[in-house]
Amino acid sequence: MRKFSLLDGLVAPLDRANVDTDAIIPKQFLKSIKRSGFGPNAFDEWRYLDHGEPGMDNSKRPLNKDFVLNQPRYQGAQILLARENFGCGSSREHAPWALDDYGFRVIIAPSYADIFFNNCFKNGLLPIKLAAEKVDVLFKAVEAHNGYKLRVDLERQAITAPDGTEYKFEVDAFRKDCLLNGLDDIGLTLQHVGEIKAFEAKHRAAQPWLFA
Amino acid sequence: MSAKTLYDKLWDSHVVRQDADGTALIYIDRQLVHEVTSPQAFEGLKLAQRKPWRTASMLAVPDHNVPTTNRAAGISDPISRLQVETLDANCVEYGVVEFKMNDIRQGIVHVIGPEQGATLPGMTVVCGDSHTSTHGAFAALAHGIGTSEVEHVMATQCLVAKKSKAMLVKVEGALGKGVTAKDIALAVIGKIGTAGGTGYAIEFAGSAIRALSMEGRMTLCNMAIEAGARAGMVAADDTTIAYVKGRPFAPKGGDWDKAVAYWKTLHSDAEAKFDATVELDAAQIKPQVTWGTSPEMVVAVDGRVPDPASATDAVKRGDWERALAYMGLKANTPITEIKIDKVFIGSCTNGRIEDMRAAAAMAKGKKVAANVKLAMVVPGSGLVKQQAEQEGLDKILIAAGFEWRDPGCSMCLAMNDDRLEPGERCAATSNRNFEGRQGQGGRTHLVSPEMAAAAAVAGHFVDISKE
Repeated sequence: MRKFSLLDGLVAPLDRANVDTDAIIPKQFLKSIKRSGFGPNAFDEWRYLDHGEPGMDNSKRPLNKDFVLNQPRYQGAQILLARENFGCGSSREHAPWALDDYGFRVIIAPSYADIFFNNCFKNGLLPIKLAAEKVDVLFKAVEAHNGYKLRVDLERQAITAPDGTEYKFEVDAFRKDCLLNGLDDIGLTLQHVGEIKAFEAKHRAAQPWLFA
Repeated sequence: MSAKTLYDKLWDSHVVRQDADGTALIYIDRQLVHEVTSPQAFEGLKLAQRKPWRTASMLAVPDHNVPTTNRAAGISDPISRLQVETLDANCVEYGVVEFKMNDIRQGIVHVIGPEQGATLPGMTVVCGDSHTSTHGAFAALAHGIGTSEVEHVMATQCLVAKKSKAMLVKVEGALGKGVTAKDIALAVIGKIGTAGGTGYAIEFAGSAIRALSMEGRMTLCNMAIEAGARAGMVAADDTTIAYVKGRPFAPKGGDWDKAVAYWKTLHSDAEAKFDATVELDAAQIKPQVTWGTSPEMVVAVDGRVPDPASATDAVKRGDWERALAYMGLKANTPITEIKIDKVFIGSCTNGRIEDMRAAAAMAKGKKVAANVKLAMVVPGSGLVKQQAEQEGLDKILIAAGFEWRDPGCSMCLAMNDDRLEPGERCAATSNRNFEGRQGQGGRTHLVSPEMAAAAAVAGHFVDISKE
């Protein structure tokens, strides 16, 4: 997995709550059997004026100029600022794949849906939970300043704003370690093969019907 | 020993190891697999030259992309077809049991697991699909996972997880006329919101829940994820055991008696403590209809579309305004005055035999209204379809003007050809009313099968508790 430690990134604000994974990547793009290439279709129904289908040349499609990510000032954004319950709904990992492929490395929101939150960490994407009032302050700052950037330091668990304000954030120790070191979950788990086998033998003895 | 919740019991009996910070390895008994979220996982296995840990724990079925008409002709969309063929090929390569598209046992993954007895009480069940919470109806710990985790479970038979908090949703009393498990689910979501269950595993309990059939309990647990909870569950009881008995993957002979003895312990102890408790009075729940673009945007059928001016904060007001604009609705419109264009009865929420019966009972001797362009019934599996036909339900529905389709996810998420056109309004028995979910620009109102069938006949929503 790609490592994540420090980022100075442009921030884009997506000012709505309950953004679901259907909105992040619509179903027709889930037909792909690959992990990559979803970026041009991230937020497809909000981003383009026409109906998108796999295989289209997205560079030729009409853009919805009202959609925030299409505004010139947010081009190249690597940090997505969002509201409550971001990533709710479908478990599709295509959502973090699409955000990652678009160029986002960090998401900042007051809360996330559990499955989406978990999926982000498997893909080198850092979802940060920050209190709603602080997220609100950031929304206002992004609106007010062109080219608004934040520094995200995972090691120190801190976000630094251009004015020097620091926002500390919590992150699970295991997930932090995996991100900082780019660790592969499966490889880590397979270090415990002996324990898994021992558990399995005990489990099989207790509930043999599970193994019939 | 201290009193345990059902969730504690299920969790504790599957912990392989646990670190000091609570990060645990949980053993997985059953992995259900479908074509959309598995190809990248199989590819990952292949690239790392790994083999599935226990192939027999897996059961695969194509459901999202399959057509619901003219199956003999195959899948016309080449991209959909490739995805299903990729599943077929992976299952052959790794020796995974798969019910292929034209197998009578094929159906929606969350319908076929229980139907086959592949979902059993006490199990941990995962699938690369958020509605895996459905299987919790069997006193199983079941939840959706992402594709990286699908690969992880294939390779290690385990999941890296931290224990959730436990929430008790207690529904006491008797449901009124025309009120179903779907209405309980929507009423709970209306009460706690789509993020109300985030970080929790929900146990549904109380006399109203115990009175539900397994189909009803599955409908309820299915929607736990729409309340934000990855897992929903119901204690095992005689209803559970009677449902499981005799199914193809269910234990047999001496194992059966041992299993039943164990399953009878799968309930929360009387003194068990929950981190949160929500109580509902069953008698107060009315048939529910969603009006917006999130399942929490829901009101009783005798209510009205809410006014954004009454929203409690600016973010919510903005969301309501956007939802009303998307849905093409005006504030304060009575729900029963909302006319519909299409009806979809089916999905992993409401695609089981009881749902087919409920729809047929409402449609019997009536006709789909002239303003309804399409009313489709999509059974959750080939076996549900077969049983419904044996009961003559298909004839009743067809005579009333409904289309009777082949099993699959269909217009719940519109990955196949079944979809809404922009602006079309649908009464749907599925689980998500998100923007574009049933087709770009489509407008979804979530309801029970009874309510959907009644709306098909009337052409608009009707209060079936008063009919």
